[in-house]
Amino acid sequence: MLGPLAGVPMAVKDNMCTTFGATTCGSRILESFRSRYDAHVIERLESAGAVVIGKTNLDEFAMGSSTENSAYFTTLNPWDTTRVAGGSSGGSCAAVAAKIVPAALGSDTGGSIRQPAAFCGVVGLKPSYGRVSRFGLVAFGSSLDQIGPIATDVRDVALVLSVIAGHDERDSTSVDRPVPDYLARLDRLVKGIRIGISEEYFGEGLDREVREAVQAAIDLMAGEGAEVVPIHLPHMKYGIACYYLVATAEASSNLARFDGVRYGYRTPRPSDILDLYESSRGEGFGPEVKRRIMLGTYALSSGYYDAYYLKALKVRTLIKNDFETAFERVDVIASPVTPTTAFGVGEKSSDPLAMYLSDIYTISANLAGICAISVPCGFDSQGLPIGLQLMGPAFGEEHLLAIAHQYQLRTDWHACVPPLGSAVSRR
Amino acid sequence: MASSLDEAAVRHVARLARLKITDTEATLFASQLSKVLEYVEQLNEVDTRNVPPTAHALPVSNVFREDVVRASWTTDQALHNAPDGHDGFFRVPKVLDQESS
Repeated sequence: MLGPLAGVPMAVKDNMCTTFGATTCGSRILESFRSRYDAHVIERLESAGAVVIGKTNLDEFAMGSSTENSAYFTTLNPWDTTRVAGGSSGGSCAAVAAKIVPAALGSDTGGSIRQPAAFCGVVGLKPSYGRVSRFGLVAFGSSLDQIGPIATDVRDVALVLSVIAGHDERDSTSVDRPVPDYLARLDRLVKGIRIGISEEYFGEGLDREVREAVQAAIDLMAGEGAEVVPIHLPHMKYGIACYYLVATAEASSNLARFDGVRYGYRTPRPSDILDLYESSRGEGFGPEVKRRIMLGTYALSSGYYDAYYLKALKVRTLIKNDFETAFERVDVIASPVTPTTAFGVGEKSSDPLAMYLSDIYTISANLAGICAISVPCGFDSQGLPIGLQLMGPAFGEEHLLAIAHQYQLRTDWHACVPPLGSAVSRR
Repeated sequence: MASSLDEAAVRHVARLARLKITDTEATLFASQLSKVLEYVEQLNEVDTRNVPPTAHALPVSNVFREDVVRASWTTDQALHNAPDGHDGFFRVPKVLDQESS
């Protein structure tokens, strides 16, 4: 019997272990690494009949919002090759947008599926934390990382999710609860659903054209009988500050494994064991990875732990509580995915903080563990795609996908194809 | 909170993280990381008295399985990616110098 993805060519982000090809994480430190096992999601895709045709570019260890932090290539935006594809799953989103593959997998720690999906005009889902096993996903921020599907429309995203979701005992944070039939419930109507709108997502810094496109999407759903409910998420504005302490602290611990001993790059002539560690890591990691390891190390270091890491974890509780309160009154929350459309190559690469701020609307979903999807909802006057974000409660994918699908039945933004023939990546 | 990092502090943190950094990097990281630390200062506006920390979004506690022996990797498989695998071991430079050994 044929599987649900029989013969479907797919691409996966190169931070998921595969026994074929390389698994580089976009880093020099893993340039020659060859995995001896497949990630859980690879096993699932292949047993469903999918043909994984390649690995896609990413910001080194998924740390970045533009795919410019890859040690190998910069992935360009298929809609305009002077622009970034977004990141860190820029390669997967650009490959789907450029019609190289109908679907791909990305990973999302602070918006790394949704932000490039918005920039490239495709659909990207960050499932609830625990929905998809992380076994074989090279860890960045373990309490935030989640693998999710990227495709042209919501139906294909739902199909891929139904294949990769579910319990796996090799990931102790993978949740043992039934996987609903996501495809079967896509036809649920918009009428009567409650859409939450929070002013915190429409404030200063939001581009006018992005705001108008997102507002038009909300108006369309209201016209179909959805009820628009004003809500308040007072701690959302602290999301970035909270995230860059929590995620970097986790990264500093996770990336300690790259020590030049068991796998990965080793410096050629170490003077002693300490030099082996320090030089292998110093030569193997790129600048953004070093910055984040150092920030996380600092946040966890003696004398600063309470002021930074513990403080951030407490603010995380408040962010999570805000969402839980909101989801008592609404089914989904609608917002922009990004404050602007795709920015120019090189525009933010010398200013890490400016790059971090481009994740302002996506980061809170990871801190709270909820599910969220990016759906194309228009273009700006320069022809660049705009994304609508819909967020649902933890394990609310079934309903979230249905609402996003109903939106796509009434719009054709996702059917637009970027100018092809332009190079997708360059050195 | 100390909201800036000078170059000496950057070198100290790099040492803790076992990262060799160049002089140029020390200067650059000091200014970039100070900017980020200044930004995260805003967390101090939030009253977190009596707020428990959330290290994990899911209410999952310890996950157990039966303590049974299972098939695992062979030594060769485990050493497959080792930069310097030797005789079934990971070889590294001498850890102890002669005086302390």
